[in-house]
Formats: sequence, structure tokens, C-alpha cells
Amino acid sequence: MDTQLILIGLAGVLASSAPIVFATIGETFAERSGVINLSLNGTILLTAMAGFAVAVTTNSLFLGFLAGALIGGLVALIVAFSSISLKQSQVAVGFILALTCRDLSYYLGNPFMGLQGPRVPSLPIPGLADIPIIGVIFFQQDILVYASFLLIIVSYVFIFKTRPGLMLQGIGEKPATAFVRGANVNRLRYFYTVLGGMLAGLAGPMFSLSVKAGWKGTISGLDGFGWIALALTIFGGWNPLRAAFGAYLFGLLQWLGLVLQPSLPNIPSQVLQVAPFPLMILTLLLVNIGNAEWVDRTLAALPEKTRKWLANFLRALRTSPPASLGVPFENE
Amino acid sequence: MKVELIHIHKHFGAVHANNDINLTVESGKIQGILGENGAGKSTLMKILSGYIQADSGEIRLDGKPVKINSPSDAIRLGIGMLHQDPLDFPPMRVVDNLLIGHDGSLFPNRREVVRAFNELQNQFGFSIDPYAYVDTLTVGERQQLEILRLLWLGARVLILDEPTTGISASQKEKLFETLRRLAAQGMSVIFVSHKLEDVEFLCDRIAVFRKGELVGEVNPPYVTDELVKMMFGRVISLEEKRRYETCDVSFHLDHVTIEDYRLQIRDINLSVSCGEVIGLAGMEGSGQVQFLRTCAGLMRPVAGEINLGGRRLTGKPYRAFLEAGIAYVPASRMEEGLIPGLSLTEHFILAEEQNGFFINFDKALATTRQRIEDFNIKGTPVSTVESLSGGNQQRALLAMLRHPVNLLLLEHPTRGLDIESAIWIWGKLKERCKQGTSIIFTSADLEEILQYSDRILVFYGGKVSPPIDAESTTVEQLGQLIGGKGF
Repeated sequence: MDTQLILIGLAGVLASSAPIVFATIGETFAERSGVINLSLNGTILLTAMAGFAVAVTTNSLFLGFLAGALIGGLVALIVAFSSISLKQSQVAVGFILALTCRDLSYYLGNPFMGLQGPRVPSLPIPGLADIPIIGVIFFQQDILVYASFLLIIVSYVFIFKTRPGLMLQGIGEKPATAFVRGANVNRLRYFYTVLGGMLAGLAGPMFSLSVKAGWKGTISGLDGFGWIALALTIFGGWNPLRAAFGAYLFGLLQWLGLVLQPSLPNIPSQVLQVAPFPLMILTLLLVNIGNAEWVDRTLAALPEKTRKWLANFLRALRTSPPASLGVPFENE
Repeated sequence: MKVELIHIHKHFGAVHANNDINLTVESGKIQGILGENGAGKSTLMKILSGYIQADSGEIRLDGKPVKINSPSDAIRLGIGMLHQDPLDFPPMRVVDNLLIGHDGSLFPNRREVVRAFNELQNQFGFSIDPYAYVDTLTVGERQQLEILRLLWLGARVLILDEPTTGISASQKEKLFETLRRLAAQGMSVIFVSHKLEDVEFLCDRIAVFRKGELVGEVNPPYVTDELVKMMFGRVISLEEKRRYETCDVSFHLDHVTIEDYRLQIRDINLSVSCGEVIGLAGMEGSGQVQFLRTCAGLMRPVAGEINLGGRRLTGKPYRAFLEAGIAYVPASRMEEGLIPGLSLTEHFILAEEQNGFFINFDKALATTRQRIEDFNIKGTPVSTVESLSGGNQQRALLAMLRHPVNLLLLEHPTRGLDIESAIWIWGKLKERCKQGTSIIFTSADLEEILQYSDRILVFYGGKVSPPIDAESTTVEQLGQLIGGKGF
């Protein structure tokens, strides 16, 4: 395979991972605040359909994305209202919404099946696009991919380097303490859940107006990405940088599945298509293996040096969820 | 700052938690608030610090009436509260803990905060690493952190709720020194505790609470019996010290080495007789918990042998330890000891050996009623465990232990309990010793260790002292060992 093809392939990985980056970081915001928005898969499908429908009808890409963000925010608002105000189970509500929104997208999307719609144009950045290798991979993308790069950095800086970001960590970790420090815990949780929903809501149109342009109902191939994004949020340890890394890894595995197919004729193509999913699970397991007690026991039997090194390595990988994730906050 | 609480009332459902409380705290003074668990001390302090609001009554600061609707109102007015379980963010760094809730620009200047923090630390001789994670600090250090944070935010009234629970003797000394210094600078310090000795030792004036009412205020010199009588409405005294050693060696540790990612303790040798009580002293986090967990079979030692009554337990799973008659009662009652949401009856069912597939609820109910009576638990068979007070949870835990137990491992058996409950619990434990149960327990309270142990192990920096006879040692000697002198 020649170099140019590999570079274009890698650029494709960045582009096709961009929607997952948006969804994962959106979910990271919600979960950091203590709310699990399990509806992600439905949100992505519904906003993909709605964004496409609006863009086709109005011939405006901007309105398509706006529709996606609003619908994503609305779905998240239902999760927030039922869990924060009504104190209902976030898992049950989120799960039902995931299923409902998916079916809704197939049903409402019928009239738009297979239509030709607008597509986000690519936008090479003058100057940067001509740099060898890097230019092709990073700077011959469309505006959404640049936005995803920006989102990773901005959300990382926000969560870990700013005062409101610290408070966001606080309300998900120990809301009672955050309350004593002056936070309006429930209002902030509403805010971040809806914000997260809006970011996830942009992922849908990013698929239907760019990465996998068009709407083809059940064969759009978008079902499942939401669940992947939820897993990546955990894999990423609620950290945008790690989450983005996970998203790109997943994109890379998918791409490898495609390009390796011709050179590995003995392996059925289905195996390579499905491989990224179990590989993701395996990665998740490896990352969190340090939490298991039997690992401690096994390690105890190893020679001194190896054990210390392994133990430290596992501890560095280990992440812990926000302590109050999924727990409603009530002031006494 | 002078604080006046006038005609404060607070109801929780049918309970009158604060009944017409009137209290004045002068600036520059350390005011003690004494009372047993549930006397209404914490409620009043939560009202003053804005965590909850009074049903009626008035608060005045330096003579001016104020409305305190939230904790952030309180700190703005200069009232800071140190809660019993430090309200901080354990998985985050010290500097981030300081920053959360601190007003300022979008991007905080961490270096500036660290500088201010270290300056403040130096004033009091604290040495907390500003970049350490809070969950690596001891409870005492977390308290110091909270005190510094409140001072940094401009607190002029400092409320401390049961601050000496869970800290070491030397940390307590330091805390008291700090509080005296703050009072001398004109701060008002309100010190809430159920520990007589602490309050007597530290406070310029003591207000005693009982059942939601302020029963009286006392000035030094204090008479302990008088305070006890005010607290409980009657006189209570400690029991005679008694030893029960009914057999030879029962539990045996031979050259045991314990290790986790934080510390390593090499070569522990200990033989415990039936009916003997071993107290574990030392700063929190010096390995006592790991030691207990190893004895309980929850942690596997990296070297050495564990035997109970001639049976080799080394490397066996936790179940084998249980079957051998070793029981472990952890300090975190709600996390490791009890199951929130389940009732007392359900707990007793789970704790008993089961016969058959279906639960015999009538029998379980009868057992539960019996245990509730035997162990003097204030609750009903259907009460969920989280609705019980700390003292009653501890009683329930003890009531759940199976008969017979050969070795009982206890982590802070009376932490957070008032004197009456503590004496009662030890009475029950000693009854077991009489029947041949050995006990190994940890406590941050040296008096408790001296009072109830036969022999004492001191933990310091990865080392364990040889067993010390409790009769021939003193608080001072132990204090020195805990501080690392004489190792």
C-alpha cells in the first residue's frame, strides 16, 4: 500500500471519529456532574435523521446542526428532569429513551430515506494543508473535524484548569461538599446534562451530513455508536483527552478491519467488521484490571521488582468514576 | 466575633432537635458544646453554619441580626464549620480542594494559591503537601486542611464538630494548640464534642446539651461528675478492669510480612491467648487496618504463617477464616458492615447459618426481637439500618456476630459513640472474652486502649513494637512510641 493511501486513511480515521468524540465528551460532561445520560444511542440516531431532514428541507447545513443540538439537548433535559427533579432511576429512563428515540428516528425518517442532501464541504487550511504528512492527516478536513480537535482541548482545559470546571468535578464527586462550597448542585447538573446532550446531538448530523452522508433508515449503520461512546466515556476515565484517544483507537480498528480485509482472505469479512467491538471490551478490561482483588493476590506471588512495576503501572491506568455518579442530591 | 443564638427552635418531624436554645459565644473564647449523640449539638451548629435553617429564632453577629440561608452566606459573614467527616473532595489534589468554591477569575493561579497556603501553614506549623491527593492524607491532616481553607476564606468564627474523632494523640495536641492560638487572635471557637476530657482540657466555658435542650453552662474549674450528670441526667462510672485468660495460645502469627502499595510491615510475631484483648495503637494509617485485615483473611500476607487453634490458615480464602471462627468488624459501618436499605430482621437472617431454601420469617422475627432486647438497640425489627444512630448500628453489628467466635477483630469499636454506649459495648465484649473469645482492636483513643487491653502493639512507620503489657505502661509512654521514639 503506498504512503499516500495510508495518510488519507488516517485522515479518514480522524474524520470518522469526530462524531464519536463529540458524543463521548458530551457524556463526559454529564457524568462528571453526576448524571448518566444513557439515551446516547437514540440521541445520535434521532439527531442524525432530524439534522438530515432539516438540512434537506431548508437546504441549510447550519439549521441541520442546530436541530441536532436542540433535539439532543431536549432528550437530555428529559433525563435531567426525571432524575434530578423526580428522583427517578437514570438508568431506566435513559434506556427507555435510547430505544424510543431509535425507533422514532426510523419511523419519522421514512419520507427522507435515500434523498440526496447537502454535505459539509472540506476546508483545507491554507498553508498548513501543504505541510508534508501532517497536512494531509490533520489540515485537509472539514470544519467539524477541526471543531472536534478544538473541543477536546477546550473541554480538557475547562474541566481541569478552570474554577467552574473544578466545581463540575466537585458536584459529581461529593455534592454535599460542593453545596457547602456554595454550588447550586441541581441547577449545575441540569446545565451540564443538557450541554452534554447538545454535544451528543451534534454527533448525529455529523454522521448524516458528513461522515456517512444521507439517511438510509435501519441500514444507515449508525446503530451502536452511542453505546460505544458510553463505553469510551468510562474507558477514558471521564477525561476528554483519554476519551478522545479511545475514540480514535476505535476508529483506527474499524479502518484496519476494512483495509486488511483484502490481504487476509482466510478470515471472514464479518469477523473484521465486528472485531473492533470485542477489542474495545478487551481494552476496557485491561485498563481496569487493577481494580480486581484476584490481581492483587496474583501480583503478591510475583518477584519483588516485577510486582512493584506492574502494580504501579496498573494504578496509573486505573480510573475511578465520579463518586456520586447516578446518585440524586438532596439537601437535608 | 461575638455570636448570639437567641430562642432557636428546630423540628425534624416529631423530634424537637433544638428546643429554645439561647447561647452567647464571646470573641476570643473557646466555647465547648458537650452532649451525648443526638443531644442536638450538631443541629444547632448546622443552623449557625447555614447548612440547615432554624424553624424560628435569631442569630446575631457582633450584636447585628443576620440571616444565614446557606453555607456560602455563613462563610461570607465569617462563620466556618469543620464537619465531623471532613467535607472535602478525597480523589482531588489539596490545591484543587482549596480552589473549589473560592471566588476569582476563570483560570485560577495555582502557584499563587499554593504560596498563600504554605504561608498560612507555616504560621501553624502544619506541613501538608499542596499537590498531594486528599485521599492520601490522614483524617487529622484533612482537618488541618479544612481549618486552613476556612481561615483563608476569612472565617472569624470557627465551629468544629467532633474534631478529635479519628485523629492521633499528637495531631490532637497540635489541633488544640492551633485553636488556642486562633482564640488568642480574637477568633471565636466553638468546639462540639461528646468527649469530656477534651472539652474539659480545652474550653473556656462549656454548654451542656441533653435531648435538644441546653441544660446549663459551666465555667472552669470543671467537676467531671457534675458534667456527666448534666449530660446523662445521672451518674455513670467506668467498670473495674478485668482480665480473662482461659487457655494457652489460640491465635498465632509467625514471621508474617504484610504489604500493600503504600506500606510494608516485616516480620510480625504474635501469640494471643483465649480471652485476651490486644489493643493496636499508632497514628492512623500506620498499618493497623492492614494488620487486622490480614488476621481476618481479607489480605494475604506475602510471607509468614497464620494459625488458629493449631489450624493452619495461611493463604486460605476469607471463608476459611470465617469458618475457623474469626470475625471482623470494620470501622466503616455503613460501607463494609451493614447493608443500607435492609431491615434489622433481614440483617439477622443474612448473618445466621441458613437451613432450607425459604426464609422462616416468624422465626427470624423472634430472633430479631430477642437480639434487639439483648443488645438494647433502639429500633424495631423493620427499621432499616441507616435509620439507626451510630451507637445503635454498632450494637446491631455486634448482635450479628455468630456464637462462638474464637477471634474478634474490631476497628474503632466505639468511635463516635458517647461514653454510656462505649461502656455498654465493652461490657458485651468482655462477656465474650469470659467465654474464651480473643479480641484484637484498633482505637485512636489511648485511654480506651489502656483501659481495655491486656497487651498493646504500637505501629509506627512500617514497624510493630513487641507486645507491651498494658498494666505497666502509661499514656505518655505510648504517646512517645506512637511518635516513633523508642523504636
